[in-house]
Amino acid sequence: MIEVRDIRKSFDNKPVIEGVSAVMKSGQCNLIIGASGSGKTVLMKCMVGLFEPDSGEVLFHGKSITQMNPEERTEIRKEIGMLFQGSALFDSLTVEQNIMFPLSMFTDWGVKKKLERVNEVLARVNLVDTNKKFPAELSGGMKKRVGIARAIVLNPKYLFCDEPNSGLDPQTSLVIDKLIREITEEFNITTVVNTHDMNSVMEIGNYILYMYKGHKEWEGTNKEIIFSKNQRLNDFIFASEFLRDAKEMRMLEETGKIANERNMDDMMQGDSPFTNPKKDT
Amino acid sequence: MYWKEFIHQCSDIGVGSLGIVAIISVFIGAVSTIQTAYQLVTPLIPLSTIAQIVRDTVILEFAPTLVCIVLAGVAGSKIASELGNMRVSEQIDALEIMGINTKTYLILPKIVAALLMIPMLVVIAMVLGIWGGRLAGNLSGIIPPDIYDKGLLEFFDPYNVFFALTKSYVFSFIIASIPSFYGYYVRGGALEIGRASTKAVVVSCILILFGDYILSALLL
Repeated sequence: MIEVRDIRKSFDNKPVIEGVSAVMKSGQCNLIIGASGSGKTVLMKCMVGLFEPDSGEVLFHGKSITQMNPEERTEIRKEIGMLFQGSALFDSLTVEQNIMFPLSMFTDWGVKKKLERVNEVLARVNLVDTNKKFPAELSGGMKKRVGIARAIVLNPKYLFCDEPNSGLDPQTSLVIDKLIREITEEFNITTVVNTHDMNSVMEIGNYILYMYKGHKEWEGTNKEIIFSKNQRLNDFIFASEFLRDAKEMRMLEETGKIANERNMDDMMQGDSPFTNPKKDT
Repeated sequence: MYWKEFIHQCSDIGVGSLGIVAIISVFIGAVSTIQTAYQLVTPLIPLSTIAQIVRDTVILEFAPTLVCIVLAGVAGSKIASELGNMRVSEQIDALEIMGINTKTYLILPKIVAALLMIPMLVVIAMVLGIWGGRLAGNLSGIIPPDIYDKGLLEFFDPYNVFFALTKSYVFSFIIASIPSFYGYYVRGGALEIGRASTKAVVVSCILILFGDYILSALLL
């Protein structure tokens, strides 16, 4: 569990985060959403210790990262995996070397054991036969999956994903979302996802924190968000006519007025009319 | 991993710059021979003096200072742009998140590798510069090789080599640390990486020239 207590952060006397508090539980996907410039990334970087908050604290299972000495902070960071917006893979290393990097740094395993673990996590993110490729040879979705593989290779307790779907097509976004959700549940880790993607909000958002101009505007689950009366949240989430219609549809599904036949796994396998147009004919 | 990174940097800074250092050194030596001969118009000065002047100029100034200024451009810009790119693409943040001390992992191996490899390059530059002078003297008919070789051994002061190596160690530190600073703390995008790289080279060159003057004043 991660607890954020009254975090404040400013740059050049301009407040970016203003007293945000939240509790993010283990085994669930905790989403931070908000418009560009609302402070999502800064909040996430404060949480992982890349930025020092001006005040407030971030507790990892009761231990405050803001009050830890450098050695303790190094130790807690070994329990954190992070997927960056641009994947942040090391350009000069192959996929295998990228994923093996944390193992070489923090374990005394032999090459064979490290390679086994690399292949295990690569299989987990559905990437095989890419060991010897360089990041430049991978597609955006593959890079994200390698980023996830590197983030989970040390079995972290906490997984942070900064805009995991940015720049990806809707179907690849679904793959990444499904992977994040499965990994979170499988390893019972505390996952924090910073996203703009409304599909992610609806599909994997066990807990959603909506940021507006540096402060917490709303928090709740992906079911509660449908029925929220918060105007700013509704303007942000259901910005288009299509999304407003989708909201109406989801509200009817949730209230049991129509049957919910959508299934993320079916959509992934192409059984949905949305992803398999041939079914309509 | 630190050892691997150190070896990688040794290869990058040392082996990667060997070609340009060799070319510059040979031509500098060659030009020194021709220009020294051009200025020595009186027959009262023996031809072997040309070799002495070329030897001392190459050892005292050309090999350590000129080669290090070139290396500030070649290796320095590479260090600044590499670190800048890692900063902008969040690779440094990724290392920090893993709990790795990024300054120790990324910058220290570069400085240690520069301190080891650049003095070696300077020694190679000395040898090639003097050989380039011999070659040019022979090809142009200015000074026969046997007289050149004789001149090299006349009035040789080993302290000059010590002075040159002292300078090369100081310059090596400048070449690795200044670009590392500018690259590591870059903010922004591709444009800022380019600016940081240029600034790193300019500041390094100025500090090398300033250091050259200070060391000459103190040690000679």
